[in-house]
This record gives sequence, structure tokens and C-alpha cells, in this order.
Amino acid sequence: MNGAPVIDVKGLTKKFGGRTVVDHFDLAVPKGAIYGFLGPNGSGKTTTIRMVCGLLKPDGGSGAVLGLDVLKESDRIKERVGYMTQRFSLYGDLSIRENLEFIARLYSLDNVKDRVDAALKSLGLSDRAKQLAGTLSGGWKQRLALAACMIHEPELLLLDEPTAGVDPKARRDFWDAIRDYAAEGVTTLVSTHYMDEAVQCDRIAFIAYGKKLIDARTADIPDEVGLFARRIETPALDEATRRLKSAGGFDVLARFGAAIHVAGRDPDALAAAMKSVDGLPEIEVETIEAGLEEAFIYLMTGATDNFANGLETRVGQ
Amino acid sequence: MISLSRIKAVFLKELVQMRRDRPTFAIMIMVPIMQLTLFGFAIDTDPRNMPTAVELRDDGPLTRSLLASLRQSDYFKIVRRVSTEAEGERLLQAGEVSYLIVIPEHFERDFVRGERPQILIAADASDPVAASGPIAAANEIARRAFAPELDRLPRKLRGGVPPFEAVIHRQYNPAGETSMNIVPGLLGIILTMTLIMITSIALTREVERGTIEALLSTPVRASEIMIGKTTPYILIGFVQTAIVLLAARVIFGIPFLGDPAPFFAALFMFIFANLMLGYLISTVAKTQMQAMQMTFFIFLPSILLSGFMFPFAAMPKWAQGIGEALPITHFLRVVREVMLKGAGFAEIRGDVWPIAVIVTVLSILSLLRFRRTLD
Repeated sequence: MNGAPVIDVKGLTKKFGGRTVVDHFDLAVPKGAIYGFLGPNGSGKTTTIRMVCGLLKPDGGSGAVLGLDVLKESDRIKERVGYMTQRFSLYGDLSIRENLEFIARLYSLDNVKDRVDAALKSLGLSDRAKQLAGTLSGGWKQRLALAACMIHEPELLLLDEPTAGVDPKARRDFWDAIRDYAAEGVTTLVSTHYMDEAVQCDRIAFIAYGKKLIDARTADIPDEVGLFARRIETPALDEATRRLKSAGGFDVLARFGAAIHVAGRDPDALAAAMKSVDGLPEIEVETIEAGLEEAFIYLMTGATDNFANGLETRVGQ
Repeated sequence: MISLSRIKAVFLKELVQMRRDRPTFAIMIMVPIMQLTLFGFAIDTDPRNMPTAVELRDDGPLTRSLLASLRQSDYFKIVRRVSTEAEGERLLQAGEVSYLIVIPEHFERDFVRGERPQILIAADASDPVAASGPIAAANEIARRAFAPELDRLPRKLRGGVPPFEAVIHRQYNPAGETSMNIVPGLLGIILTMTLIMITSIALTREVERGTIEALLSTPVRASEIMIGKTTPYILIGFVQTAIVLLAARVIFGIPFLGDPAPFFAALFMFIFANLMLGYLISTVAKTQMQAMQMTFFIFLPSILLSGFMFPFAAMPKWAQGIGEALPITHFLRVVREVMLKGAGFAEIRGDVWPIAVIVTVLSILSLLRFRRTLD
């Protein structure tokens, strides 16, 4: 992770019909990093990714991707970037091999056949090469899409919610592949909803309303959010939950097995909320350090979908 | 720079998709056959047994032999005998008969005297196709009917001009139209319908399926997509043309009199124009449904204002203006000139350059409309 950042953009802005979807967005992604975009629907994650790979023209801002001007050199950026779309965007009526060959030819690659063979092999799709892509299951479609956007050996991989609707095992395999690419020096920018994906990232940006609210190393996210937490154990968990909810004064309430974790940004309010569960049988309240889980739940539940106007996020300015 | 390999990539992909989409592929081959059958056979270009009224003011052997010949011919079916011209006109106007044949008084006497008496053939030409065949036949029927009599006439009356004059009144439509127009004209209609329809969803389908996003994230250029996507259908256009020309020659006996080279030049341009028109629609339409509706928006004037169904010259100026802007109008002229009149490049030049202009304008518009971003 040294040298010039692979993505280095400043003030990136995009408006759709008067609505500012991405608002003065700064982003610096070092080489070889796995960088996560976290944020509710409509927060501008997809739009930002599309601007970075040249699919959308920014209304404002400037910067470089792979050392190329993001406004003027999108043609050359496209040659060196692999973009995996949120929705499966290969051809359902072409076979797996035909899809890969098509993409390989669009990148003007030599040895198309060899490259496609290699891609099929590394993804374990060799014996299904003639199967129509449209007949694949969600997990296989996602593997094919990844193979397609890696076929020209890009230096930067842009993944837009890559594992939505994919089972946990396939998701784990997928992330193993991303880790391998990262080890080879491929930089990855990934948007996600899932906590288990977010923890895979080296660094995370939390986005809401087109603005970046947090940008930190993944391990530092709890500190950035600034949560105070309690762990409550009691056989009467349901009653504890009911009482806490009616008392209020905290931001996160989540069950972890036989315990409840309660977290909030206001330590006094949190302490006050704890009084509501006094007297429950065998109750144990323990002050704990707020972890990634609490922070993510706080972030993801705090800001509802950003399509509605006038909602305030609860994350600090 | 435009990359040939990328064009080839799009081209091959479209070919595979076309082959997989069996129903659409079948339609593209079946449409020419179906239209040829409908327009070529169901719509009879050489109608027979037309209901006819005769008014005989002369009753000699010549008149009787003419009547017998008319009866024998397939064209006329004598259904009424009228005694006044007014009555005949009324039948004609009411559509009870399509023809009124009047043999004047003293026909036989004047015939023998060499005074070239007139036979009046009044035709209901409101349906021009129905009128042309029998009118052409009437002259010949009369000539043959009188042949035995002619032999008995003085030598000076034989040969040269016939000793009578058939006066033909094409009523209700003085212009007329020849039946040979239909099948060559069909070539234009078939190419317009299928090619515009198929390319009108070229991009719309990619947008609807979401595949456009992956496509545009690659280095492929707008012009490469346009050329790669439309070229497979040039092949389809040529296959359709082959079907129509073969049917025209073998089934309908329509000759191909002119020079094939300028014809194929115009054909290529016309196919390209249709593809560009469809492609332009696909850059505008947001859904495949919209694309289809816009396609029909082009079909109507193409059929009605191109001179395919109605004589171009008879249309009002504004309608002619719309017609001139359609590639099919010019192509129909080329086809008819070359196939039926044996025209060469010099004669059709005036209709080839407008197609070239239309192609250029459409291509530029398409490229301007189609942005390589998702904005």
C-alpha cells in the first residue's frame, strides 16, 4: 500500500434532475486496498462507482483514477478497470463461454480463447462452458460476472453490491477470490449492505445522502462512531427488551445469543436507560467496548433509505 | 480509433443472439413469404369474370360475334343487357357492373365502309388494379372477334390500323396503375417492416435487460456498437430480397429488366437506411414496447405515402413531402424503374442520392443520441 493512490478524486458531484445524488465526494484509495462503501439504498454508492469508471460524467469535481483524468480520459480508464454491476448484466441468451469471449474481444485482448479457458478453469466453470448464462443460479452468475470483469486483468476492481442474493458459502468463496486479487496488487472498491462483507474491507466509507460521513480503517470504525455499550444478561430477555424499548435513550439494541447489547452515543442517557431493567431476575449488566457489530448496526439502521427527503441521519456531521 | 475487432465482437454476439431467438428469426424469414402470398395471390392482380353490361344499338353478325368473343373470354361476364346509355351509367355508378360496353348504331355498316366506328368501353377504374387487365384485353378480344370478317373485307382495310376504334373511358380514376407494381413494391415494404422492427429494439433490449451497463463499462465505442449491431441484419435484408426476387420471377413471372448493379447499390443503401432508422428509434425509446409503437409510426406513412398503395403523383403536396423523406419512397421508384422499365444507373440516380442523404442524417442522429454514459 504505497505509491500514488489508485483512486484520488475530490469534490465529485452528480445531480439527477435537480437532486444532488453525490455531493462533493472526496475519495482516496491506496493501491492494493479493499475499500468498502457502506450506506443505505439511494445514498449515492452506485452513482459514485459509475463516475469512477467513466459510466457517468460528474457534474463537478476532479481527480484521477489510475493516474488518468476522471473527466477526460474515461476511455483509457475503462481499459484498466473491471466493473461488476449490481444487477447481472451479462447476456442470458449467450453461453458462459460466449459471454466471456464477447467481453474479452471488447477489450481487444489477444489469445481470447486461452484467456477464456483460463478464466473458466480458475472459476471451476470449465465443464459448464456451453451452458446459457441465463440458466445459472445466483451464485454462479455472480462468479461468471466476476470472471468477466477480471478477464482483462484490471488494476482496479469496482464491485457494486456483488453478493446480494448469494448464499453464505458462495459469498465466502467470492471474498476469498477478492483477497487473492488484493494480494496480487489489485485494488478493490466494493459497495455493500452486509456486515460480514464490510468486515472484509481494509477501510470503510460510510455514505448517506451523497455525502461521506465516516472514512476510516475498518478497525477504527467503532471509535469514529463513538458508541458506549452495555451487555445485559438475564433469563427474562423479552421483558428486558420491552422495558428498554419503552425507556429509550439509546441507539442500538441487538441480541447476541443469550445477551442483549445496548449502545448509544450519549453515556448519560444510556446509564438512565439501564434503570428500566433493574430488578429483573438474575440480571447482569456489564459495560463493554462497542465493537464493529454495534457500530454497523448503528450506521445501517440509523439512516433509513435515502430516497425520502428531509430525513436526518443520526450520524455526526 | 474505431476497432474492427470490437465491431466483430458485437457483430458475432448479435449473430449468436439472433440464432438463439428462433421465433424472431423465423418471423424475419416468414414475413416475406407471408406477404408475398397475401399480396401476390389473395389480392389478384389480374382479375377475371368482371360483371359487364352491354348496350347493343346494332344487331348484325359482327356485333354477335363480338358478343360471343366477350363471353368466351375470362375477363368479362356479361350480366346485363341495357337499352339506354343512361341505364348503363347508372349500373356502373352503383357498382353493379364494372364495365359497360356500347356498340353504336350502324356499327356494321360503318365498319364495312372503313369509317372506323367507335366501340365505347367504360370501366369502373376506381379500383385501378381491377380495371387495367380487362381494358387491355378488350382491344385484343375485339380484334380477334372481327378477324374472320376482316378476311372478307377489301384489302385496303386489312392490316395496319384496325377497322374500328375502341374508345376507353377509365372512369373515377384516370391515372390507373399497373398490377406489376405490387410485388416489386412489396420488396420495399418487407424490408422496411422487418428491419426497422428488429433494430428498433437493438439498444432498448440492452437497456431493459441491464446489459448496457456492462457493455458500456468496456472500451467499446458508440460507432462500433452501431455498426456491429446493424451489420448482421444487412445479411437478413439480402436474404429477404433474394426470396422476393425469386418469387417475383418464378411464381409471378415478373421480369428483371434492368441492370442488377445499380439495383444492388440502391438496395444496400436502402437496407442500411432502414437499419439506421430502427437504430435511431432504439436510442430514443425507453422500453421495447415504446420502440414497437414508434416503429408502427413509421410503417403507416411507409405503406400509405410511399406510392406503394396509392399513386404518388396523385397525393397532395404535403403528403408528397412526407413521402420524399421516407427511404422507401425512393427505393420503390428504383425497384420499379429497374425491374419493370429496365432503367440503369443514370435513370435512378435521382432516387439513390436521397437515400444516401437519409442514411447519413440518420447515422449522425443515432450517434448523437447514443451516449456512452448512462446519464
